[in-house]
Amino acid sequence: MTSPLLDVQNITMQFGGLKAVDSFSMQISKGQLAGLIGPNGAGKTTVFNMLTGVYQPTSGQVVFNSKSLTGLKPYQISHHGLTRTFQNIRLFKNLTVLENVLIAGHQHIKYTWWDIMTLNKSFSLEEKALNEKGKQILNIFGLYEKWNEKASSLPYGEQRKLEIVRALMTSPEMILLDEPAAGMNHSETHNLMELIAKIRKEFNLTVLLIEHDMKLVMGICENIFVLDHGVKIEEGIPSKIQSSPKVIEAYLGVDSETH
Amino acid sequence: MEELLQHLINGLSLGSIYSLIALGYTMVYGILQMINFAHSEVYMMGAFFAYYSAKLLKLENSPSFTTLLIILFITMAMCSLLALSIEKFAYRPLRKQPKLNVLITAIGVSLFLQYVAQIIFGADPKVFPTLINDQLLFEVAGVPVKSFDVTILGVSVTAMFALHFLVYHTKLGQAMRAVSHSPAVASILGINVSRTIAFTFVAGSSLAGIGSILVGIKYQKIEPMMGTMIGLKAFVAAVLGGIGSIAGAVVGGLVLGVSEVLVVVYGSSQYRDALAFGILIFILLFKPAGIFGKNTIEKV
Repeated sequence: MTSPLLDVQNITMQFGGLKAVDSFSMQISKGQLAGLIGPNGAGKTTVFNMLTGVYQPTSGQVVFNSKSLTGLKPYQISHHGLTRTFQNIRLFKNLTVLENVLIAGHQHIKYTWWDIMTLNKSFSLEEKALNEKGKQILNIFGLYEKWNEKASSLPYGEQRKLEIVRALMTSPEMILLDEPAAGMNHSETHNLMELIAKIRKEFNLTVLLIEHDMKLVMGICENIFVLDHGVKIEEGIPSKIQSSPKVIEAYLGVDSETH
Repeated sequence: MEELLQHLINGLSLGSIYSLIALGYTMVYGILQMINFAHSEVYMMGAFFAYYSAKLLKLENSPSFTTLLIILFITMAMCSLLALSIEKFAYRPLRKQPKLNVLITAIGVSLFLQYVAQIIFGADPKVFPTLINDQLLFEVAGVPVKSFDVTILGVSVTAMFALHFLVYHTKLGQAMRAVSHSPAVASILGINVSRTIAFTFVAGSSLAGIGSILVGIKYQKIEPMMGTMIGLKAFVAAVLGGIGSIAGAVVGGLVLGVSEVLVVVYGSSQYRDALAFGILIFILLFKPAGIFGKNTIEKV
């Protein structure tokens, strides 16, 4: 068996006396679409923060593409091909749609300050190529017409979409989506599901998403991890999760009557 | 009328120097939300870097365009190195601390540099080398246009356009704007935040270096305390334009320069400095965000 693309080994995150995540492990193989679910405050976003270097795990390690990510800064992890979106929209609001996308593409251009000062070919060609690539990717997602508008002027659903497009511009191998459907209505969620399936196919991506919308998670994820109070209580295919007593207990509480 | 034109030219050349220095304040504020009080001392050191490099290269008595360019580049590089070390050793260790700590450190660095400069260079004023000849170039409607003013305006306008190009048309500038918006998100997208901040210091201090040479050309006298007043005025210019705004720093500097000259001519030279601080008080009372600034409400 080949080694998984993302191999999380017993990561723990301790904030003072509080263990936000306790010895969490998961393996995700290349090309998979996995989900991370759990009640509010279970530590899902903390896991994302540890995977992307925002927090350094108190113990345990994260291995991505057979390389350890321990101690790396977020930008270095991004250079390794692992990127994410945020639960609340964090676009560069005052910049245009295209600029938002271009910023994410910068790690792949090579020109130096010397090329800028001399305004040579390498500079202008690379800037042009990046611009093209940005417009192309916006075109795929139907945002091309709005490339020159301020990001903050887009409707909510498109802002969420732009955030995903921006993350894709870093050319990742794996993308972590933190509640991509938060605040979306029914039809927007439906479009989002199609979008996620599409980017996965077209960009050959591995996806891990956090989501509250159970319909979305059960509908598209192949493998699901369930967190409760920082501990992994279950993992497996959707049908297994749906019928797991531990998961039902975590979501509904011990004493509640189930219908 | 001719007199007024002459004063306007004077005011613009003084104002463009304020603008150059104000840009350094505004850029660092935009990216770190701190007032870099040591900036005026980087400017002062720039004048001495220029003075000594002209001496060492034996260029102090050969005014020409090439001389000016050589000294400009050396001074920009030296000022950048100085600002980079200030950033690395004084500000970076405090990046996660409250903003007030960094601000106090900046004042400390500023005083440190002032007195170190007095020890090394001596407190007496020095005569700045003649890098370019002051000669009459041409006349416009009876107003003599001299090479000093043309040089000052030309160099500062070029520098401002270069900065504009850098910020709006290169990956470095885009990274700067991304980091000023949100360092956390910029980092996730693969931008090296520390390097971008360091680069902002390089750009701002290079402009201060240019400013110091232009002041040297205009007033021909440099001394270790020269940064204090012009630093404060440039700070006023940055606040006037809206701190954090690049266009604001340019406009603020020009407005301040022209109004200063007009006050001296039509009022009294005693009110010259009072004007700048009067403007500061006025702006803070009635439009604290400045001309180009957006009024943001500080969330508690």
